[in-house]
Amino acid sequence: MHPFHLATTRRRFLMASGALAASAALPNVLFARTGGSARLVVVILRGALDGLAAVPPYADPDYAALHRELAISAPGIPDGALLLDDTFGLHPSLAFLHERYRAGELVVFQAVASPYRDRSHFDGQNVLENGLTKPIGTADGWLNRALASLPPATGEAGERAVAISQNVPLILRGDAPVISKSPQATPDVDEELLARLADLYSGDDWFSARLSEAVQTDKLADDGGRATAMSMQTSGALKPATPERVSGVARMAATLMRSAGGPEVAVIEAGGWDTHANQGGAKGALAQRLAGLDKALRALADELGPLWAQTAVLVVTEFGRTAAMNGTRGTDHGTGGCAFLAGGAVRGGRVIAEWPGLSRTALLDNRDLRPTLDLRSVFKAVLDEHLHVDARTLATRIFPDSSGARPLQGLMRA
Amino acid sequence: MLQAEIAVLRFGLGARPGELTAAAGDPRGWLSTQVKGAVPRAGNVPLSPSDQIFTEVMAARDERQEIKREAAGRSAADPSGAAAAVAAFNPVRDAYLPHYRAQVLARAQSAALTTRPFAERLVHFWTNHFAVSSDKGAVFGIAGTLENEAIRPHVNGRFVDLLTAVEQHPAMIAFLDNQYSVGKESDLAQTAARREARRLSNGRMDDPDKPRRQFGINENLAREILELHTLGVNGGYTQRDVTAFAQIITGWSIGGGKGRLAGGVPGRFYFRGNLHEPGAKTFFGKTYYEQGQRQGEAVLADLCRNPATARFVATKLVRHFIADDPPPAAVERVAKAFVKSGGDLPHVYAALIEAPEAWDPEMKKFKTPEDFVFSTLRALNVSPFQPDEVTRTFDLLGQRQYTPGSPAGWPDTSRSWDGSDALMHRILWASRVGARFEQGTDPVDVAASSLGGYVRPETVTALRRASSSKQALALLLMSPEFQRR
Repeated sequence: MHPFHLATTRRRFLMASGALAASAALPNVLFARTGGSARLVVVILRGALDGLAAVPPYADPDYAALHRELAISAPGIPDGALLLDDTFGLHPSLAFLHERYRAGELVVFQAVASPYRDRSHFDGQNVLENGLTKPIGTADGWLNRALASLPPATGEAGERAVAISQNVPLILRGDAPVISKSPQATPDVDEELLARLADLYSGDDWFSARLSEAVQTDKLADDGGRATAMSMQTSGALKPATPERVSGVARMAATLMRSAGGPEVAVIEAGGWDTHANQGGAKGALAQRLAGLDKALRALADELGPLWAQTAVLVVTEFGRTAAMNGTRGTDHGTGGCAFLAGGAVRGGRVIAEWPGLSRTALLDNRDLRPTLDLRSVFKAVLDEHLHVDARTLATRIFPDSSGARPLQGLMRA
Repeated sequence: MLQAEIAVLRFGLGARPGELTAAAGDPRGWLSTQVKGAVPRAGNVPLSPSDQIFTEVMAARDERQEIKREAAGRSAADPSGAAAAVAAFNPVRDAYLPHYRAQVLARAQSAALTTRPFAERLVHFWTNHFAVSSDKGAVFGIAGTLENEAIRPHVNGRFVDLLTAVEQHPAMIAFLDNQYSVGKESDLAQTAARREARRLSNGRMDDPDKPRRQFGINENLAREILELHTLGVNGGYTQRDVTAFAQIITGWSIGGGKGRLAGGVPGRFYFRGNLHEPGAKTFFGKTYYEQGQRQGEAVLADLCRNPATARFVATKLVRHFIADDPPPAAVERVAKAFVKSGGDLPHVYAALIEAPEAWDPEMKKFKTPEDFVFSTLRALNVSPFQPDEVTRTFDLLGQRQYTPGSPAGWPDTSRSWDGSDALMHRILWASRVGARFEQGTDPVDVAASSLGGYVRPETVTALRRASSSKQALALLLMSPEFQRR
């Protein structure tokens, strides 16, 4: 007695049932796309990565004494850093990033920070993502504002950006339509139920928009290869957050970006960087996390295949950690840290760092690496050179009060 | 209008059959009678106390050390095999796992069965306010004990007692790394320094490269107490206050251990005087002359008297119970009650209930996965009895119990839970629930008993037209009115 007929795909079915009619009131949700070829992946490391371990300043005279057993030795010594230049190296766990550096596809930033100067993770992450100089003041993120500023373009249906999680993090919230997709597959949702829900939601804009996004995203994942998604399904309960999980998330991002009509921008989050105790050095807890990150980036590149050539991957964290080891073989919340920009579209093979040094007088508040580069200078450069966001919009709407953070020049290949 | 529904759905955990009727006579009274005294768990899952779990885990850790030593001995003969055996064997995790599973099951049972759902929601609220996360290996199997041992006894008491119980609970101390935070002038550090000086003056340079153990503080617990548990990030403290407070609570540790860490009852809070930074200290403009453990307790008491704490707690309560954007008048009312009563929590809750904004019929909160699951159990009048069904559910819905991942707890705004992918996972779970519970269930009756006056006519029509009762149940659970509170 129900008024529906079965269709072969959820998408066609929803078209028949009127869900698409509901979302047609929001044309951007389904039909806007730039058609540009650039791809951007932002990896947010939540918890504050120790930049002095990830990008060891091995030649700094104060480094080893401050960082003690957490310090990474100079290149050439067993368990030593991977050579970048005559001051900096990479943590030995970051083999893939080092390959990309040598291939001219990685820029390493050191002594970098957002405008945030206190030491709360949560406010620090807010500033990293909202693009303001303070943790509150807007409910949307700079990446979303950047996408919203781009001219709508015709093309295959699909949103510009995806968050690889069940929900959308602050950096991607805002007016521009975005989708979320976790690596956990939802294979057996009954299509008739979806159609009836679409009907039930027709009086509720909020639910009907979410549902059509969800169905659309499922379609993308189908096109990109359901097999991949299935293989990444987190099975059973109680699996710890292993490096494999981050790799699965990265592969999901690549699968979606590769599919026809897929998103150009993806955001990935990885936690576990808050190393207050037993951080370890060349081996140990942080080394394992970094190896997981490195593996995930390799998986992303492998899965993107030829698209890697037009991709930029930005890896950022909310702040750095103390220059000195604390009393529990870890590091406490700091200020200046590191960031990475990798990809075939990146003019890499360089370290960008105005190194302030780690001497007592050079440290911020006697404890932290003093930042000499504003992260927004990096963000602006990537948005300008890679996604071609209008420079004036960048300086005003996307990053208000950022006149002190001028965009870096020449980060991307022409 | 809708007063009983608001009491039961927004302040409680969702209606069990008959609950709306029970609350209808006096919805405010129905709430206020719940917030007296301790709030024991409902249900019958046996749980071990944290000290016992800790003791088991310490034994497991010793076992692992033993195995590692053996493997090291064998590795010459069979290097890869021995290493693999060590990697595969994680007795600490194995010892913790049954406790974690029992705690998760117990939590779901209690939420499903309690006759004091407002008090139970407050327990959940404080557990999230004082969040510890089981994804840290050291607290995996004791994360849930904080809720049962520190929060349930004090949820209707004074905030200072709740706060002190939490900060002295082994799960919190281990989660935020305070057990080995050591003052530079402590007995332990001074003894080590004298030994080192003797060694050098004797000219013994047997192993000059060997790193000396450096003693010092760890700021983690001190910072999060200020930022997340009391004053809030804008509470006016500085880095200097964080450092001073960290020194004040050096020695707040856990009993058990060996060598210089011997002493105390294993697995219980233990003040280690030999780790404590001695002397008076200045924090937030006041000098504290108390000795030892009492110094930190004096600071906690002062933090509870600070109006910033009242405001911070009030804002979070109003956000949780009323709206993502807390109405300022309601925050003001609750904060005032906090200050006036000296942080007596039943007075604080009473102010929340009295706020007119709390009774706005518009449902402004989108349910978290936890809210969704617990209200579903109550609507269907069922209670889980297998840990696996609970853990799988919460893995699917993205809110693994006792695992918020960060000391800030789970986010408490719709925007953090309303992703399209999250919606698809809810639909999947709702359809599974529908298939499992369709027998003997009339979805239209469930709609009436679980939502009362909030059921929309179009939802009833959809339920009546559904092709099966399992589909109708799924539609009800996924209806906008069931997804909000």
